[in-house]
Parts: sequence; C-alpha cells; structure tokens
Amino acid sequence: MTTFLGMPATAPRGVGHLRGDQTFPRAARDALQNSQLRRNLRHATTTIRGKSGRVIAELPDWQLLRDAGSGIKTDVMSRLPELLEQLEERVVAVGGVVHWAADANEANTIVTELVKATGSDRVIKVKSMATQEIGLNEALEAAGITPVETDLAELIVQLGDDKPSHILVPAIHRNRSEIREIFLRAMPGVDPALTDDPPVLAAAARRYLRETFLSTRVAVSGANFAIAETGTLGVVESEGNGRMCLTLPDTLITVMGIEKVLPSWRDLEVFLQLLPRASTGERMNPYTTMWTGVTPGDGPQNFHLVLLDNGRSAVLADTVGRSALHCIRCSACLNVCPVYERTGGHSYGSVYPGPIGAVLSPQLTGVADNASLPFASSLCGACFDACPVKIDIPSLLVHLRNQVPHAAVEKAAMAAAARIMDSPRWYASAQRAAKMARIAGRRGRGLPPPLSGWTAGRDLPEFPKQTFRDWWAQRTDAPAATRASGSSGGPSGSSGGAAAASGGPSAGSGDRSEAPDGTRSEREDGR
Amino acid sequence: MRIAFFATCLADTLFPEAAKATVRLLERLGHEVVFPPEQTCCGQMHINTGYQKEALPLVKRYATTFDRYDVIVVPSGSCAGSIRHQHSMVASAYGEAGLAARSESVAARTYELSELLIDVLKIEDVGAYYPHRVTYHPTCHSLRMTRVGDKPLRLLRQVRGLDLVELPAAEQCCGFGGTFSIKNAETSTAMLADKMTNIVSTGADVCTAGDTSCLMHIGGGLSRLKTGVRTVHLAEILASTEYA
Ligand code: SF4
Repeated sequence: MTTFLGMPATAPRGVGHLRGDQTFPRAARDALQNSQLRRNLRHATTTIRGKSGRVIAELPDWQLLRDAGSGIKTDVMSRLPELLEQLEERVVAVGGVVHWAADANEANTIVTELVKATGSDRVIKVKSMATQEIGLNEALEAAGITPVETDLAELIVQLGDDKPSHILVPAIHRNRSEIREIFLRAMPGVDPALTDDPPVLAAAARRYLRETFLSTRVAVSGANFAIAETGTLGVVESEGNGRMCLTLPDTLITVMGIEKVLPSWRDLEVFLQLLPRASTGERMNPYTTMWTGVTPGDGPQNFHLVLLDNGRSAVLADTVGRSALHCIRCSACLNVCPVYERTGGHSYGSVYPGPIGAVLSPQLTGVADNASLPFASSLCGACFDACPVKIDIPSLLVHLRNQVPHAAVEKAAMAAAARIMDSPRWYASAQRAAKMARIAGRRGRGLPPPLSGWTAGRDLPEFPKQTFRDWWAQRTDAPAATRASGSSGGPSGSSGGAAAASGGPSAGSGDRSEAPDGTRSEREDGR
Repeated sequence: MRIAFFATCLADTLFPEAAKATVRLLERLGHEVVFPPEQTCCGQMHINTGYQKEALPLVKRYATTFDRYDVIVVPSGSCAGSIRHQHSMVASAYGEAGLAARSESVAARTYELSELLIDVLKIEDVGAYYPHRVTYHPTCHSLRMTRVGDKPLRLLRQVRGLDLVELPAAEQCCGFGGTFSIKNAETSTAMLADKMTNIVSTGADVCTAGDTSCLMHIGGGLSRLKTGVRTVHLAEILASTEYA
C-alpha cells in the first residue's frame, strides 16, 4: 500500500454484484408496477423510520455524535495505508493471517483455497456485504463448497434463489406468506405443516440453522469494524446467529473492505451509539462480537483476515467522492429515501441499493458502468439528514453526474440552453419563441420524447401572456422610490429597460453588466 | 431598503405572477426593488444534471449582475440553495481565480423570500389578507438545502382570513427534482401521486410553497386529476390584501 502502483483499478466486470443488467429507470419500471412490493416496502420503511426517529430523539448529543463519526472517518481516509499496515501487524502478532486482495477475483480465490485446505465442503456465513459484493457464494459453489447464510433474512433470500434488496433487511421485499412458501420449497427437513406465523417461521429456521452450526467447521464473516491499535475485529447483529458463526467453528475467515478500519478502541464508543439507533432503531444492538486473533482452546483456532480493495483505492483517489467510504452500512439513507421506497433495492442492480448505492456502486465500478445510478435521486436531501456519519450524498450525486458520459443529444441541448441563458437577448427571444410554440397548440398534446414522460402524468402550465421582464419594463405603477433611482431605465421612462429586457437591438449581453444598471440603460438608450 | 430582485428563469418565463407578487409585496412594505435586466438563470438545472462546465457562464453572470447590491432576494428556495451551495463549487472547479470568492460573497447576500422578510426585514406580519383554506408544502431544497425552517409557516400564520391546514408527510419529496422528473418520469409520478393524495386529504383549496418548480410539478398533477386544488406561490399569498 505504500508503493505507488499506478492508477488504482476499479472493480472487475464479470464477477460479483455491483452492476445491474438494466439501467435504473428500466429496472424501476417493473418494480413500480408491483403493488405488493410497494406496499411491503412502504410498510417496512415507515415502521423503521418511526422507530429510529424516536430513539435518536432521546440523545441530546446526536448531532455531536454525527460530527464525531464523520471526523473519525475523515481521519481514517486521510491515512488509510498507515492504519492498514498497523492493523496487519497487530493481527499477525495475535496469531491471525492477513491476506491482501486487490479485487473480487483475488478475494474469491483466497477464500476458496483457504476453505479447500480445511477439507470442508460447507461453510456457515454471517451476513456480509463485502462477500455479496464479490459474489463469494457463487465462487464457493463453483468450487463444490456449499455456503449457508445464517442471518434469517439472508437465509430467506438464499433459499428463495433471490437477491437481497436492502442492506440491513435483505428480505424487506418479502411478506410472511412468501417466506413460508420459500421455506416449504427449499429448506431441508422443514415441517410440511408450517404456517406463516412469524414465531413458527423463526422456529423452523432455528432448527435448520442449529444443525448446520453444530456440524460445520469453517465460517466466513464480514466485519463492521477493525481496530488498528489492537488488531480486533467486530461484528454487530441482532439475532445471535452471527455469534454462533464467530465462535463455534475451527476456522474463521473474515472478508473486510479496507475502509472499515478504525484507529483505536475508543473510536468504537461513537459508532456503537450511532449504528444501532440509525439502523434498527435500537438503543443498542443485541449482539456485539469482538475477537482478537486466536485464543488457544477457545473459539476458532485459525483466523484469516482478507483485506479487500475491489475499487476502494480508486474511490479514495477522488478527494470529494471518497466520503462514500465513510459509510457504516446502517441503511438509514435507504429507509428515508422516497425513490428507494417506490422502486426497491433490486432496481439499483448492485448489492448497495438506495442513496449510498447510487454513489458507491458507480465509484467502485467506474461511473460509465453504472451511469444511470447517480440520476436515481430527486436530490431531496433526506439521506444527508439521516446519515449518522453525515455523508453529503446529494452533493456526491451532483459530483458524479458531472463525471458521467452524457448522451450526445442531451449534451448538445444543454450546451445550447446554457448559451441562450448567458445572453439576455437570446434568452428573451427564446421566451417569445416558447410562447409562440404554445399558442400554436402544444398544450394538451403533450411534449415530444424525451420530455413526454412529464406530460404523461402532469399538465403543463398555461403560458402567461407576458413574461415578468416584459411586465417590469412596461410597468407604470412603480412607487416613486423605484422610479427616482432609475433602476429600470430612469425618469425617461422604462423603454430602456424594455429594450434591454426584451431583446431590442441594443440589448445588453453580459459584458456591459459592470456598469450600474441605471447608467447602462441610459447608455443603451443613447446608442 | 434597496433590494435587488433575482426573478429566476422559471418565474420570469412561466410564473410571472409569483415574481410580480414579490415586487409588489416588498414595495408595499416600503422598499425599493431593483431588477437588473442582464440576469437570466442560476444554472441549477445544468449543475444538477452534470453540466458544471456549461453552468459556469451562468454562475459568472449571477455574480457579475448582483455583486453591486447589498441585499438580493429570490422567490425560490431551490435557486437560493444552488447559489449558496453550488456556485462557488462550480467557480472553483472551472472558473478563473477570484470568481469563487465573489460567488461566495454574493451568495451570502442572497436571501430566499421568507428569509429576507424574517431575518433581514424583521417582519412576520406583512399585512396580507387571503381568505382561503391553504396547505403548505415545504419543498426539499427550501427545507434541506436553504434551510428556511418554519419561516414560511410563521409568515402564513399571520395572514388574515387564511385557514392553514397541516399537510401529512409534508417533508416527503414531491418527485420533481428537475431533470429527475424526465429521466425517471415513472418514479417521479409515483412520488407525485402520494403527495397529491396527502394534499387532497387536507381539504385545502390551495397548496402553497416557496418554489415555482415544485408547484409546477404538483400543479400539473392536480390539474390532470381535476382535483380543483390550485397551487399558488407563497409570495402571491403574502402580496394579497383586502383591497388589491
Ligand atoms: S450512507 Fe450513511 S445513512 Fe446510508 S448506509 Fe451509509 S452510513 Fe448509513
């Protein structure tokens, strides 16, 4: 990490789940037509928003905590190589083995080889975004190894041959009768008399998972945090299944994005307050499991840490874009996002959906590969206010939109519009031309593509008889003060203003605007 | 006070009533309004669509046009937000030295209408009369970019004859988002549908806001559904009196 190896690479194609096979608007169309999905999403996000809002309101220092979280993350990004080296040194010192994976392919190979070396043909997994990102399950299956997800929602997704649609609640798009059907179809040894009562469904999953926990010797996890100072890894979760994975097996392999490192143990106090309140609306998450290397006779006896780049160095190289790496995957931004609420996670085509996905995925893959994502937002800003580490997602979206390769037609139109807007004379002519077009009868017929989507669901406003600037130039009712100062043409009447405003032959362009407006108008009059 | 008026391209072209009302309101309160005719557009659409370089002349035009005024008012929370948070960013990325500082300085003197009235002119009761049942949509950019807070509501509460009714889920986006409503028209329409349901549920005759853009979107939807609810810019309500 200390040697410059050339421009950092983005995540490779053909492996993992960072790219969808459709653009966002296309994928969203299907989701928007699924009213069951929209009901499920609305119900879930509304519930969790309310819960989270209530427990956040209990903390008088929430804004200070957000500042602290943001500050720690900014510091981490500014000295990431140094912290990672410190982490490596500490992990090795306490009996772990550290592997560096430049991308998804390398990480998958490392993990597959490690599992093969144990002789096991099955691994249990703690829910992990990083392993979803690189498509580890598919890689393991290709090598004849069965991965079993142990997070309940993740298990539902896996058994349903489905994709997760939320960072925290991967099966948010499923309701309980759908879950019952999935269990009946795909869960080994399930009771055929299963009902869709949530406790009954949970009991069925528990029975299946316990057997698996007790008979599997290898586990794969992600990590929420890694402490550079001590070499400690940490996972927070709600069900306790993660703790089983982290403590029962002989071999534990953790795959962690390099941005997850924190300098010191004390930094945890900030994140262990921010994360549960922002994500599940709990004051504290039920299970926090921390492990530092290996302890003879207790817990896993072999510990491997795979440090995953997969595009992160490329993100880090963009000093604006890098704040997306501050994300602690709490999913608060998803839960408040009006676009996510209607389109669901699958529309984003990546394991990272919602607002954070719209900025993180294009950066990891290179914006050209996910060009529609930065536009999958109305820039309403709800995500920014919700983010516990204060990532300014709307500004990041705007930043990325500026890097997206634009379609030639749009580019030409935008450039032309900017040129017209930069000349008051052309601008006023355009206003008149637009009015003529409308008088000629566009209203009611809708706009031509690509603007037709607008008029499909909304009426265009009536075009006014007079623009504001024409009114201003011709008004005779201005109070004495306005007339006396001559700001719209002086006592000689408003005709100067009218000429300037409505594009008369002497109308000003920007280069005259240094002069005080009164004198300018008079000068133009005199020409 | 001498106040420079930035009408915004949208109000100038499509919603002159909102711009005229801003002028009439400020003049009625005894201030002098100046309209520098070389103004056009703040460039927000370009910036938000990924055309920062193309927006540069507009950013420059705004700074050059308004630099000589102490107080500038915009009847749009969204344009005020863009001027305040985006202009210096574009200026430092693409402009010549000095423009970013000038943009920042002009932005600091630029106020959204409710901010001007309450923070600068220190007035909450503008003497308006508007005998209608009104609901207020706080628009995302007014709320989260320009941070006008409850200022528009404080002004509306002082309007005589006005029956102010609370809008459910007021802080949810109406789905406009500039070119978002074209690039993701279907998602935008789904968001608008919920906003309209909430507006209609209030029984209001009028939905008001501080942004003509969102009002154009919401108004276009309400008109298509023939709800009978009208959209009216905040300035028009504040400019209304018993006599005029
Ligand atoms: S961007 Fe912020 S709100 Fe969204 S998941 Fe990450 S930390 Fe949470």
